[in-house]
Amino acid sequence: MEGLKVSDANLVVYVHPSKSNKVPQAVLNELSTLLFTFSEIFDGVMLAYDVNFLEKCAKILSGVHPYLGVKLKATFLLFSPKPNMLLEGKVVKITQDSIHAIVLGFSSAIIADKDIREEFTYRNKHGQDRYTSRLHKRHVIKVGSMIRFEVKSFDEEILHVFGSLKPDATGSIHWLDRNLEGVPQSDRSAKKKRENEGELQIVEQNAMVEEPMKKPKKQRIKEES
Amino acid sequence: MGRELTSDKVELHEMENDDFSDLELIYHVRDALISVPLGNRDNYDELVGHLHPMQRPTADQVALLVTTLKALSGAVSYIDIVHHEALIYAVSRLSMWNYGTDVMDALLELIISLAASNGKYVDMCLDMLVRNFVPPSYFMKMLKQPCGITRKCEVLSRVHAALKDISDLVPLAPMRLSPIVVQRMPNVFSKEHEIVIFVENMLRLESGAIGEIVGVTMLPALVDRMIELDVEIGWDGNLQDEAKDIFDMELEDVAEPVDDHDNDDMLSKGSLRRKCLQGNLVAEKLDSLMVLTFEHLESCQSSGRLAQVFDVLLTSFQKTVLNAYKSKFTQFVMFYACALDPGECAVKFAMELADMFICKVNPPITRMSAVAYLASYLSRAKFLSAAVVTSILQRLVNWCYEYTMLHDVDMNPLAHQVFYSGCQAIMYMLCFRMRSLMDVPRLKLQLLNMPLEPILKHRLSPLTVCLPTVVEEFLRQAKAARHFTTSESFVFNDVLESDLSRAFGGMDRLDMFFPFDPCLLKKSDGYIHKYFIYWSMVRTTYDSDDVSDEGSGSESENEEAMMMGSYAEKDLDIESVLNRMSITPKNSLKFGNERMPSRIRPSTSPESL
Repeated sequence: MEGLKVSDANLVVYVHPSKSNKVPQAVLNELSTLLFTFSEIFDGVMLAYDVNFLEKCAKILSGVHPYLGVKLKATFLLFSPKPNMLLEGKVVKITQDSIHAIVLGFSSAIIADKDIREEFTYRNKHGQDRYTSRLHKRHVIKVGSMIRFEVKSFDEEILHVFGSLKPDATGSIHWLDRNLEGVPQSDRSAKKKRENEGELQIVEQNAMVEEPMKKPKKQRIKEES
Repeated sequence: MGRELTSDKVELHEMENDDFSDLELIYHVRDALISVPLGNRDNYDELVGHLHPMQRPTADQVALLVTTLKALSGAVSYIDIVHHEALIYAVSRLSMWNYGTDVMDALLELIISLAASNGKYVDMCLDMLVRNFVPPSYFMKMLKQPCGITRKCEVLSRVHAALKDISDLVPLAPMRLSPIVVQRMPNVFSKEHEIVIFVENMLRLESGAIGEIVGVTMLPALVDRMIELDVEIGWDGNLQDEAKDIFDMELEDVAEPVDDHDNDDMLSKGSLRRKCLQGNLVAEKLDSLMVLTFEHLESCQSSGRLAQVFDVLLTSFQKTVLNAYKSKFTQFVMFYACALDPGECAVKFAMELADMFICKVNPPITRMSAVAYLASYLSRAKFLSAAVVTSILQRLVNWCYEYTMLHDVDMNPLAHQVFYSGCQAIMYMLCFRMRSLMDVPRLKLQLLNMPLEPILKHRLSPLTVCLPTVVEEFLRQAKAARHFTTSESFVFNDVLESDLSRAFGGMDRLDMFFPFDPCLLKKSDGYIHKYFIYWSMVRTTYDSDDVSDEGSGSESENEEAMMMGSYAEKDLDIESVLNRMSITPKNSLKFGNERMPSRIRPSTSPESL
């Protein structure tokens, strides 16, 4: 998944004098207040941090309250989705109008119907809302599915992602991973073969063509993280 | 032309409602919404008109409202915060209390969809839901009737379910909910039922699905509001009367008829008695809130969550209640929580208070306040074992002893405030508990080994500085127990307080602060009394040992006889006896012995301490 990065930062945290007998705890408390908020300085939502104190001494700030300036080196895990990045999330609600998903358990994403490609149609089957692909009957998005979608924009205040399912590489991860890497013919049902053999072959070919380009990128991302 | 068309459409809409599919309605609404920025507001205005609140809607109007809401739910992504301000405002004005369940469900569906569609609407939607915590003012009187109760159940269960649904779709919503709830909390001047029903909702949130995140804010906010009410209760009392009545048979005044003459005296002196509080609106509000909290704590205990809730309350206590100037009743929330879990929470509370007293980092006022709470708590908590009391006592005594070792100086009330408050705490606790500690051989030994004499006879002279009433009672008991005697005679002649005690008590008069004195709020006391030690229940060391059977018939008669008997033996004046035992305040004695040593209510028959 894109959008996650690890950053190093040199920080000075100012600790109130009343906490001078438990400085490490105070520093961690201070950093905790930044969790799940978007920081412009780090250009991302802070998800986790790791702290390394550089010195044993802290500089006392002169002023009304003698704050202690503690120097430290911190590593942050940041979430900063940019337009056109691909994110993964779990679907929690499906309506005729939209698909709602949750990314990394805290960020809500919405994909409006105008951003869902024509391939998908909404159906209510046995009381369950779902989007099914017209081209691949097995490609189904329902509540609980993990989907991959493209970022349109990101609301930094409420950490809300506006997504899109227009690109072909988006959809149900379960189906995408299986089918983009090339599944042997024997696995496909005979019924499907009979229905749209011509179309299927074309789509498969496309997938096979795209795949060599995709894999290196995936590997690169894995190496990075 | 446009107008006519619209009205035609409306008629068509109404006549052929059934023939329009949901999808067509949604498209109609979408078109209406999209047209607004383009300048065509007719359909949009019509939509907004359907949402106008109605006093007594007809079935048709209700149906139209439901249809409109459902159609809007399907078109939320087309709602714009700027262009459709009127629509959003109209939706926010709808109160679920005015309608039936079909409208409620449709409205909630819209609110949930709106919240999930765009981050901008989350706060607004949460606010809409929180506003439904409290019914409109006209509905308040219906709350007691069956139809009102049903409606309340319908509305609140849906509101809380909706909050949960929004949290599922927008995981950060609970974080944003807490400040909204706290902001919407009715202030201390609101009507009682308004505050009560809002707090009911807050407690429901705390124990609900999103309680883990929201609960940390709900309980402290509630305690803060209770403190605000607490300090509003008039405390214009003459503090001298308070000191006199420390060892009063406090509660029994309730049994008295209201038209006692001597009450006028008391009331004019401004002493805080239960009758004073009857009819005090603020006190009644606080009473109701405390009862709600008690019941909530009981439900937490039965679901096994009391320990976590206790931790939150304890933090809130340390931040707010401890340093609130003379908090009168709010601290009983802690008392009750401890009473429900005597094994863990009760001991933890005592240990935390002791730690706060001993910790040098805390400011003196905090330390003195903490030890005053500790002393009052250990004396009044029926559920605390003698062993726990002894171990805490040991800590206090050790601290005081070390202090005397370090400060070999003369008496100075102001400079050694913390020390004097510690000594007074020890003496106060022993007034209540000495007999029960002496009754257990192991604890008696521990008590006798404590360096009390060196502390009390030290140059710092705590016996002269501490509150005379406490010192007197303590010395009497210590003498009777042959625990220690002083060569000097400390005759205070019923002096209530001295300049010295006032000096060490400081501006806040922490020398006369006994926070767990009997709760004067009627309903709350109904919950507390079975865990509470009243002075009348305490067996002192100078009581005759003849009276061993308790719980027989008129409890008070036994005690009375016991007291009278023992004092007759010691050849003391009846009047001074009554004074000292403070059965009645001194000033009412001029009416003779009208007020007998009080009858103890059957429900408060004490078990042996």
